[in-house]
Amino acid sequence: MDNRVDQITDKHECQCGHSDNIEGLSDRVDQIIDKHNCEASSLIQVLLEIQSENHWLPKEALDQVAERLQVPLTRIQQIATFYKAFSLVPKGRHGIHVCMGTACHVRGAQRVLDTVENLTKIKPGETDLDLKFSLETVNCLGCCALGPVVEIDGKTHGKMAPAEMADVLKNYE
Amino acid sequence: MERINSANELEALRKSILSSRDTNKPCITICSGSACHASGSKEVASRIEEEIANQGLSGTVDVRKTGCHGFCEKGPIIVIHPEKICYFQIKPEDVSEIVTETIIGKKIIERLLYTDPATNEKIVYESEIPFYKNQERLVFGSNGSIDPKNLDDYLAIGGYSALAKALFQMTPGQVVEEVKKSNLRGRGGGGFPAGSKWEGSRNAPGDIKYVIVNADEGDPGAYMDRSLLEGNPHSVLEGLTIGAYAVGSHEGYIYVRQEYPLAVENVTTAIKQAQEYGLLGKNILGSGFDFTVKVHMGAGAFVCGESTALMTALEGRAGEPRPKYIRSNVKGLWNRPSVLNNVETWSNVPLIINNGADWFTKLGTESSKGTKIFSVVGKINNTGLVEVPMGMTLRDIIYKIGGGIPGGKKFKAVQTGGPSGGCLPEELLDLQVGFDELTKAGSMMGSGGMIVLDEDTCMVDVARYFLEFLTDESCGKCVPCREGIRQMLQTLTKITQGKGKEGDIELLEELAETAREAALCALGKSAPNPFLSTLKYFRNEYEAHIKEKRCPALSCKELIAFYIDPKKCQACTTCARKCPSNAIIGGKNLIHMVDQEKCTKCGTCFEVCPPRFSAVKKISGEPVPDPIPEEARIIVRGGKKNE
Repeated sequence: MDNRVDQITDKHECQCGHSDNIEGLSDRVDQIIDKHNCEASSLIQVLLEIQSENHWLPKEALDQVAERLQVPLTRIQQIATFYKAFSLVPKGRHGIHVCMGTACHVRGAQRVLDTVENLTKIKPGETDLDLKFSLETVNCLGCCALGPVVEIDGKTHGKMAPAEMADVLKNYE
Repeated sequence: MERINSANELEALRKSILSSRDTNKPCITICSGSACHASGSKEVASRIEEEIANQGLSGTVDVRKTGCHGFCEKGPIIVIHPEKICYFQIKPEDVSEIVTETIIGKKIIERLLYTDPATNEKIVYESEIPFYKNQERLVFGSNGSIDPKNLDDYLAIGGYSALAKALFQMTPGQVVEEVKKSNLRGRGGGGFPAGSKWEGSRNAPGDIKYVIVNADEGDPGAYMDRSLLEGNPHSVLEGLTIGAYAVGSHEGYIYVRQEYPLAVENVTTAIKQAQEYGLLGKNILGSGFDFTVKVHMGAGAFVCGESTALMTALEGRAGEPRPKYIRSNVKGLWNRPSVLNNVETWSNVPLIINNGADWFTKLGTESSKGTKIFSVVGKINNTGLVEVPMGMTLRDIIYKIGGGIPGGKKFKAVQTGGPSGGCLPEELLDLQVGFDELTKAGSMMGSGGMIVLDEDTCMVDVARYFLEFLTDESCGKCVPCREGIRQMLQTLTKITQGKGKEGDIELLEELAETAREAALCALGKSAPNPFLSTLKYFRNEYEAHIKEKRCPALSCKELIAFYIDPKKCQACTTCARKCPSNAIIGGKNLIHMVDQEKCTKCGTCFEVCPPRFSAVKKISGEPVPDPIPEEARIIVRGGKKNE
């Protein structure tokens, strides 16, 4: 874990009413686990649902999952770090996903990614200190005809060029 | 809906659905696959529904949101039935005119039709468009005509008749024999005969057996499985249920990436509907056969496409593969016999059962039967999903269906098989596609990714790209994969940065050989393929990078530079305004220059420079010319220019 991530976590815990959120999350985690009949084999599904609702996996939620599913915390951490869908640090308000599929790659996705990195000052997998943007790369968004493709908060921006990236990012506060 | 309790009731329902549908009633089908969604098909669909209501046509015109039509380059696509008039790249503002002119006035709107680039003629009907007419869309064809959320649509085209036939007219053994006779080979990459896999599970000891759909896909640039599951989920469920009956399984799983939300949504809806109709669950169609299916979302890891890793993930653990001393069809999920096939493989099953193995084997080559869906993408005019009979040549797929290379560029290679595959050069364009044919040429079928590359693509960089992908996706369990591929990536990266040295190619070959021999699973064993195939056919590019520090394709960032030709620059300022890093020096009447220190090599200046000037040059392997003196950069407008 790099320094940037440590800073983000600290900032989040002290400025965002973290403990209140966790209390609310705790009930929801229970509901998700109950929905899956408390089966240990549903571990990944449970984590996916928590991630989907909360956008990241706080340590308290992982402890709760471990206790209720009777799965060692180390195994949960192994899974949470193995799959790219999970994040152990808070995410930014806006999720930028740059498609790095082969079709996008040969049409210049790397140049688009370089530009996003320059503009946001973060690398794939990172979140900026203001918790504004989180940057991820994805393998294929299934929109190869529109490559290079960038998805921001679920909205697809097709046929992107480096020059257009700055204009697009300006629209996000 | 009351459940269906027999094959006769199923046929009666089918007849009732068909008789309730007026084939002459206008129906607008709109592509609602992921790619068309991204192009705005949701907005178009909403506008169509509004317009129909506004023009008082509710009840007289049907609107059907279908799965992917395949021709993604031209999305959003609509087809107006019963005439099958095809309109492309529809915008919400076109909708009013479409309803007024075509639906009510029965007139064709010329500007929305497909224009054949070869003849410049407008084509009205889908079946006459070269992209479609040269295909054989057996598995994928229904995607564009049915609503994936409406089981009645699937029943209307004969859906679940193969399941009824299997349950009431065939024994499980006969089903296995029919699939074996068809020589259906796995469409997910391995090409293993499905019938043999089923037979192994059927004969394996144990009462509890599983059937599984691999909908993880994950190949960069391939999206056919996702589109099939999004657009025709019942065909996959029907094939899966037939497979379950054949091997004696009562429990199935669909392992689908959470990155494919529409596929998850549509298949979940399909399962619910099939249960309500009695096509899944207890006593299916009154046959006494029980079968349930669960959707299991994958958290996005390429290695989970490997059978043992996928099953480990299904068990709720990190998806790492294991050695296959005992095959998964004998000892798989929870150590029980488990048949794993991919989406497209399962979708072929109803066709085989309905039409027979002899019908199926009439299509294809000696060892590859049936059709295959390819994701034809990259530097090609008609990007999209294409289903062709096995044995069609690469040239026909790329030129007859794909429409060739855009911008008058030269074809360089086609990459097939995803990260496990390889690149095939121009001299192999007449190769027939098939499992063994592609493998012999140094590539593979894979799940059907077909990425077309033009003269601007660096083949060393393509190999580096795939190695980077695989390094990232390796589970890290075995050393040859975890360390070997990483070393290959580092060496390839150095070569693309101009830091390659004599002996690097030999080192890469040695690492490739070791990974092939010693890696645990197919990911590691096939990882060297992109490197080996590019080296085999494009060795000169590797040597140019290493010996001359030159990228022949003018692609590798560290080996190229952008330079503005002072004799051609007209100081139009286009490049200066578009440059994202403010690296262009110059003003309105001042010849521009690229500040090489600031330049990030993004290529924007090269792309935006007006063709009538073509002042920006890409150079590699040569020094950037010295800047001209300040006084010579001034342009005097009104006839006189700097000399």
